[in-house]
Amino acid sequence: MDLQIALLLAQDGVVSGAIYALLALALVLVFAVTRVVFIPQGEFVAYGALTLASFQMGKIPGTLWLLLALAFVILLVDGPAAWRQGGRGFLLFLAQVVLYPALMAAAVLLGQPHAWPLWAQSLLALALVAPLGPQLYRLVFQPVAEASVLMLLIVAVALHLALVGLGLVFFGAEGSRTPPFSEASWEVGSLVVSGQSLWVLGASAGLIVALYLFFEKTLYGKALRATAMNRIGARLMGISTTFAGKIAFLFAAVIGGASGILIAPITTIYYDTGFLIGLKGFVGAIVGGLASYPVAAAGALLVGLLESFSSFWASAYKEVLVFTLIIPVLLWRSWQSHQVEEEE
Amino acid sequence: MSEALLEVSDLSVAYGQIEAVHHVSLRVLPGQIVTVIGPNGAGKTTLLSAIIGLLPCKGGMVRYAGEAYARVTLEKMVAAGMVLVPEKRELFAEMSVLDNLLLGAFMRRRLGFRDERQTLATVFALFPRLKERAQQRAGTLSGGERQMLAIGRALMARPRLLMLDEPSLGLAPLIVREIFRILADLAAEGVAILLVEQNARAALQLADYGYVLETGEIALSGRADELSEDARVAESYLGQAAGCPVA
Repeated sequence: MDLQIALLLAQDGVVSGAIYALLALALVLVFAVTRVVFIPQGEFVAYGALTLASFQMGKIPGTLWLLLALAFVILLVDGPAAWRQGGRGFLLFLAQVVLYPALMAAAVLLGQPHAWPLWAQSLLALALVAPLGPQLYRLVFQPVAEASVLMLLIVAVALHLALVGLGLVFFGAEGSRTPPFSEASWEVGSLVVSGQSLWVLGASAGLIVALYLFFEKTLYGKALRATAMNRIGARLMGISTTFAGKIAFLFAAVIGGASGILIAPITTIYYDTGFLIGLKGFVGAIVGGLASYPVAAAGALLVGLLESFSSFWASAYKEVLVFTLIIPVLLWRSWQSHQVEEEE
Repeated sequence: MSEALLEVSDLSVAYGQIEAVHHVSLRVLPGQIVTVIGPNGAGKTTLLSAIIGLLPCKGGMVRYAGEAYARVTLEKMVAAGMVLVPEKRELFAEMSVLDNLLLGAFMRRRLGFRDERQTLATVFALFPRLKERAQQRAGTLSGGERQMLAIGRALMARPRLLMLDEPSLGLAPLIVREIFRILADLAAEGVAILLVEQNARAALQLADYGYVLETGEIALSGRADELSEDARVAESYLGQAAGCPVA
């Protein structure tokens, strides 16, 4: 291997590592706030990418029907209580389950997104995927919010299987690739840097900074961190666990959808590709012990690099090598936590 | 007699198998300090948890601020100005003292108030120590400072009813005296206080009215000065006959 190949592999690794880092952050956030190990994180990636691809092929993405169906069920389940409560809360509820879905349906069915520019199509795809997060939290996880971590994990696996199945129905078995955001490319020394990789890196960095500012500087961000740190303390301040859960899931969906839209021009995405991508983010999150955001992001970057270099040396084993990384990490983690117990 | 801010009638709470509360009734008037004393495991914490909605009630009724609740929900109670300082403090250990305090005003902000900076100034005036440590992580505070932060965070919600669970636990007598002096000041400003304490002597000195809770039931109640004179209370809780030291 010469320097040029190494640089090329490193560039590849950093680009996919950036995506895994985003997913790792979403997984840590969801777990910290709701204790759900969110296996279906990757499905948001696939839904984001394939929804965008559907617009470009002039099809109506099934994501819209899922959004409408979930909104309708929530209207039936929560409608009566919201009606009794009345006032501003009821209007807000209606905006979420009637107005927003209606706007989305109008945009997709009447707005002819096929003819829209790529950035507008991307935003519409994101707007379709984002509400799935809080909707799925409301219907799937909120009723069992107090259950054990294991039970929440099993529910997450079930939801993952359901979403993959729906993905097959919505988008078919063929893979899709979307055109890149930028055709530009630059030669830096002997290395060719594509505009799309810069898009991925820039957007990931932007999202990470935005998340950081939200959690450090805003009251709602602090409220979410407080829930993750001390559930009872947060509830006593009037921060509802349900509210925090919905926000965490909204972030998970936005991050997943955005990741999908970003990588759709780089890799071909199938209805079930999301799972593998999500798992790699999960390996990163595990490196951070499902608790530390910076370590999780660094771990995910490491996963990206490992994957890219092992695809050069032993491409048949590249997935094996990436997932083997989890074993020494787990050993090291359990050894470390054992030490702490002894000290106490 | 003025209208009670909190009126609990015939409340029963099941909490696993160990602690329970049976048919408890009590009332707190605005600006009044009411204490619930009793031995460990009598159900004092369970009682407070049920009143604010952390635990479900099995039976009975809670009337608070003119509204009757058959099923209490935590969020409604906090929104109506009821605040609990729990026994374990439940601070946000990884966050700064300032952030802990600002989160205390979370519900007020949701309700549309934007006065947390003024409230913060009054809290800092009450606890100058918190102002000095504003940027420090809550987890690094000493026991007394933690209790001050827990109370300060509760005050950020501008409570109408402040409930405290064992605020003196594990604290030096000097700090306990300071905290109790602040509670008296708050009551003078019109805040109703419901204080659960094992430190019966200090609690009865501070309070206007007292209840003795034993194995989940109200064994005795009366004006605080009368309760301190009561032979049974003196023997069991003030340690006069048994010689049990009370700080």
